[in-house]
Amino acid sequence: MSQQDTHAARGTGRMRLGPQRGEVIDRTRTLSFAWNGRTFSAHPGDTIISALAAAGESCFSRSFKYHRPRGLLTASFHDPGCMVQVDDEPNVRGAHRLVEQGMRVSSQDTWPSLRFDVKATNRYVGRFLSAGFYYKTFMKPEFLWPAYQKVLRRFVHAGAISPNTPHEYYDKRYAHPDVLIAGGGPAGMAAAVAAARAGARVLLVEEEHQLGGHLRWADPAALVDLVAEVHATEGIEVLTNSAVLGRYDDNWIAVVQRNLPGIPERLIKARARTLIVAGGLIERPYVFAGNDTPGVMLSTAARRLINLYAVKPGNRAVVLTANDSGDAAVSDLQRAGVEVVHVADARAGGDILRVHGRQRVTAVELADGRRIKADLLVTATGWTAPTSLLNMAGDVPVYNPRAARFLPGGKAGGSVLAVGGIAGDGTLDQLCEHAATVGAEAARRAATRRYIQLQAVPTRNGHAPAEPSGEETTIPELPVAEHPELCRGKTHGIVDYSEDVSSKDLFMAVREGYDSAELAKRYTTATMGPLQGKLETINAIAVIAEATSRTIAETGTTTWRPMYVPVTLGALAGRIFEPVRHSPMQPWHVKNNAKPLIAGQWIRPDHYGDPAAEVRAVRNGVGIIDVTPIGKLDLRGPDVPKLLNLLYVNKWSNLGIGRVRYGVMCAEDGVVFDDGVTGRLGADHYLMSTTSSGAAAVWEWVENWLQTEHPEWQVHVTPMTTAYASINVAGPQSRELVGRLTEGVDLSPESFGYMNVRTGRVAGVDDCVLWRIGFTGELSYELHVPASYGLHVWEALLEHGKDLGVQPFGMEAQRILRLEKGHLIVGQDTDGLTKAYSAGLDWAVKLDKDDFVGKPELAWQKERGDGIRLVGVQPVDGRIVPPEASQIITSRGKIVGRITSSRMSPTLNRSICLAQVDAALAAPGTDVTVRLPDGRDITARVMPQLAHVDPEGKRQEIDGRASGLRPHAAPVARSPISPGDAVTRIADWTVNARPSHAALTIADYTPLAKIGVRGRHDGALAGALGTRFGRAQRLASGNGRRGDSDSDSNLVIGSGPGEWLVLGDPGSQDKLLTGVRSVAEETGEFASAIDLTHGRAMIRLAGERCADLLAKVCGIDLSDEFTPDGAAFRTSVAKLVTDVVRIDQDGVRGYILHCERSSGQYLFDSLLDAGAGFGIEIDGFPTSVAL
Amino acid sequence: MIQLPCPWCGPRNATEFHHRGEVTPRPEVASVTPEEWRRYLYFRRNACDWVEESWYHAAGCRRFFKVRRHTSTNEIVQAGRVQ
Ligand SMILES: [Zn+2]
Repeated sequence: MSQQDTHAARGTGRMRLGPQRGEVIDRTRTLSFAWNGRTFSAHPGDTIISALAAAGESCFSRSFKYHRPRGLLTASFHDPGCMVQVDDEPNVRGAHRLVEQGMRVSSQDTWPSLRFDVKATNRYVGRFLSAGFYYKTFMKPEFLWPAYQKVLRRFVHAGAISPNTPHEYYDKRYAHPDVLIAGGGPAGMAAAVAAARAGARVLLVEEEHQLGGHLRWADPAALVDLVAEVHATEGIEVLTNSAVLGRYDDNWIAVVQRNLPGIPERLIKARARTLIVAGGLIERPYVFAGNDTPGVMLSTAARRLINLYAVKPGNRAVVLTANDSGDAAVSDLQRAGVEVVHVADARAGGDILRVHGRQRVTAVELADGRRIKADLLVTATGWTAPTSLLNMAGDVPVYNPRAARFLPGGKAGGSVLAVGGIAGDGTLDQLCEHAATVGAEAARRAATRRYIQLQAVPTRNGHAPAEPSGEETTIPELPVAEHPELCRGKTHGIVDYSEDVSSKDLFMAVREGYDSAELAKRYTTATMGPLQGKLETINAIAVIAEATSRTIAETGTTTWRPMYVPVTLGALAGRIFEPVRHSPMQPWHVKNNAKPLIAGQWIRPDHYGDPAAEVRAVRNGVGIIDVTPIGKLDLRGPDVPKLLNLLYVNKWSNLGIGRVRYGVMCAEDGVVFDDGVTGRLGADHYLMSTTSSGAAAVWEWVENWLQTEHPEWQVHVTPMTTAYASINVAGPQSRELVGRLTEGVDLSPESFGYMNVRTGRVAGVDDCVLWRIGFTGELSYELHVPASYGLHVWEALLEHGKDLGVQPFGMEAQRILRLEKGHLIVGQDTDGLTKAYSAGLDWAVKLDKDDFVGKPELAWQKERGDGIRLVGVQPVDGRIVPPEASQIITSRGKIVGRITSSRMSPTLNRSICLAQVDAALAAPGTDVTVRLPDGRDITARVMPQLAHVDPEGKRQEIDGRASGLRPHAAPVARSPISPGDAVTRIADWTVNARPSHAALTIADYTPLAKIGVRGRHDGALAGALGTRFGRAQRLASGNGRRGDSDSDSNLVIGSGPGEWLVLGDPGSQDKLLTGVRSVAEETGEFASAIDLTHGRAMIRLAGERCADLLAKVCGIDLSDEFTPDGAAFRTSVAKLVTDVVRIDQDGVRGYILHCERSSGQYLFDSLLDAGAGFGIEIDGFPTSVAL
Repeated sequence: MIQLPCPWCGPRNATEFHHRGEVTPRPEVASVTPEEWRRYLYFRRNACDWVEESWYHAAGCRRFFKVRRHTSTNEIVQAGRVQ
């Protein structure tokens, strides 16, 4: 190389070399960036550290404890001395992060400056920072702990975070590769090509910015062909600048991808059928005095600098070599114009003693005492196999003294294989050949797993999956090359660079009795820093072995745990899916300044400004409250009474049609679990209501008893919670208000009395359910309105109740009203130990029933008569409201109860409470002492009953006639998904009218008619519907049962075992329901059909990329094999239980997704967000739906 | 995260399921003693071994089913439909 070439790139630094064969920098362009306030230049492709090294910088940080200057050691991601701050991002791996124009880079942990570090004086106060210094120095006296914390915080080697950092979009996606390969070196690439050629879908993950591993600096020519082969082979997805973080059960693999434009990081959750570990070998530092001085580096570091970045690592070098890598470094150095003044060949007994110099190596002292002036010492003393993914799979790698490194122990199981340097040694050809064999075998094993999985999924189309062929290949053993065991020389040096632990510290730990490797490592914190043992684990074990006069094999190994490399919190937590639920009246609540209350996933109105005024409005006139979240289960079948008798503590066999009963459910331990009313709507048709928070649990509870204890009972349970908008109209004027809008129901007290239920038309909306029940204690009607019409009915009630003074009220007013009435809330006035008799529910428990859930415990509780009691309580001083959870105590301070609910009653103008007290204190008139949180004690009196207002229940029985129906606006059906500003009407529906012709679209399909069908999964009904679980198909027009000619636009979805959903045009639900019911009746089987049009939100995705979109929010394998056109499955989408149906149209991929109506907007927004990167657009509702 | 072989849906991530635990038969209510009843309520083998347990596919088919699972290796040998 001519002198001229060497200095051709002077612009980017005095150490920059002329063009190198393997270089990854783009010399045609120059970038500038700041390093500690000074401007430096770099070429695209330069890492921060390579650019600084090119400029002649050699000190990049200060060490953790002793604050020694640290330079470049490995020139890779794992370089411990190269952690820097980039703009507002701390702990950036400077030898990995590429320079970008305008970056502001600064050193970390260097107060006051990198060149002059006062904490470096720590070196002279070594006593404080010796082995186990955390445990010795900062323990006593305890009162100094806060001071210690301050001191320690200054020493922590971390950058600065800015609270003003903007929130960035951290992505997530799922992947289902057949073969995932961790490591894109030659072996990983060879395995990838072989696996892909054997038919596997391969995900090849490489930590560095390019494929190639060590070939990039060792043999760039050989690399070109291999990389070209990878890119030319179909079925390989390559992720560079990405790392496999961990391997968990069943090959659940976390990958962080960092090479995406505009996105800092993406977490990939991959379920790999086989995993190939191809991490290569990590070069090991040598332990000797001064081994952390800038200018001491590994042979791979020198070779990376020269060959990848065209940076001259120094001017005068000494090389300590024990292997080929060191030998090659010698020739690389010489080619780069570095004067190699001495080569100490360890294989021939050569060794070095120490280096001299503080800011930079000035001289190297050889084992024979010779002192050689040099600014660079390159060591090549051996390798560490990063077996962590094997360890995470259960393997226990075995130390091989001949090779001086750990080799796989063969216990990782059949789905995790190793190739390359981790598996053994050999020539490049040998390693690639071995890797190709392993790759092909991994593909074969993956195919077998895939075959088993395919057989188990119901979503495939009719074709049987092809049985994989091919015999198991025995995986050949790679040879293991001899390597001298070189860990520590004759002096003490740093073992753990990140934690600043020296070999001396480890010797001291052993002397102090920490002679097991695991103890010594914890005591000294060796291997516990950011590198997690990658550079230091073998040296640490070797030093402990030496100090305990054992061999390395006897001393042990490290347990490698996830994460393999540190991961940002953003990557792990960046996109959080938190489903929310809204009632159909939510837009009105928002517009009318309701204060939101977050109750589980529900957002509900707490009040509209003045809860006390809302209470008075209900007591004096009429109020309406949105109680949509109340759980509702539709129960159908002849055995429903048996089910109710089993689950409720009270009796259900004699409930007449149109009647309602309050019921209490207990668990098997007798503890109150839920309560609510259940009404009988028809001969075999009941509607059960549950608490809002218990809705999901009660449903699962009901299914559990039906499926596991009484599968012979004929009962179908359908959750209807959000199929109905629920509005409670309460107050003396409620009959008048409801009467103005209701048709088909006689509201007179004699024909529609308390605890009755009717169905009829409200404000022009059919199929409404009207309940005369009274949580508030007032005359009231609870209206269950098909949810799409909820807002229409709500607005009609407000409009027509104006002259009655109608007032919307929120949760807080309802809580006051029910407390005045003495109605308990499960979970508030009861807890996890409250049995039915303790909740004042004695009247409900019917021990003369043969059986019911929890009966034995309740029988025993009654016998004993002990425990606590729920009572009404009023403070003697009615101005004091004891906070909920205030304790009730005896004169000696013993706790004998607590206030469970308390409010100031606007009706009585005094405080009122419910309380749990010991049975001995439950007698009416007893005075109890309540201790307030501020320590004051007050007296409160136990009341004769729970109700504070209207204990006789007279307000329920207000007489009167409604004046009759008034004309009202025509019903409008609304989707839970906002239609935007360009709308039109289809049937009753307001729909988005703006079409999109984008390649990827999302559309609200909620208006489609939806009929839920239940029956035997394998009976005549299944045959008549022509669709089985897991598949969807158009209803054949030849069926003709619906007496309808447009059956082509009906889709039958096998959405569950014995569960179907039939879709049709907007407005066709009544016709469809009649048709489906007649089909069911003809089979003679026990079956039911129910209109779910208003209970489900439905979304259509269309476009080639919609599978990529879904893969960001859905963990199901969306390939054609597992989920082809017509596949139907229920799973979690953005953490929401969602039904997914793949319906392609004209060969273009598409999906229909549907979920509980209340979460429709959430699902829509989540999908829109996931599609943003693919150019998704919102499409209007089609003028004619082709299903 | 383990995958559970739902007998209806095929293999799915464990997060889609609710674990109902070891299957304990419900005693005869008419004749049960407090000891027997509380054994049913609270006592589980909790063995480091093969256990028969019940799972509910809450985010999928909504069926309860039984599996035989080894509690230390998470190996599952069979999964059966309840109905
Ligand atoms: Zn399932």
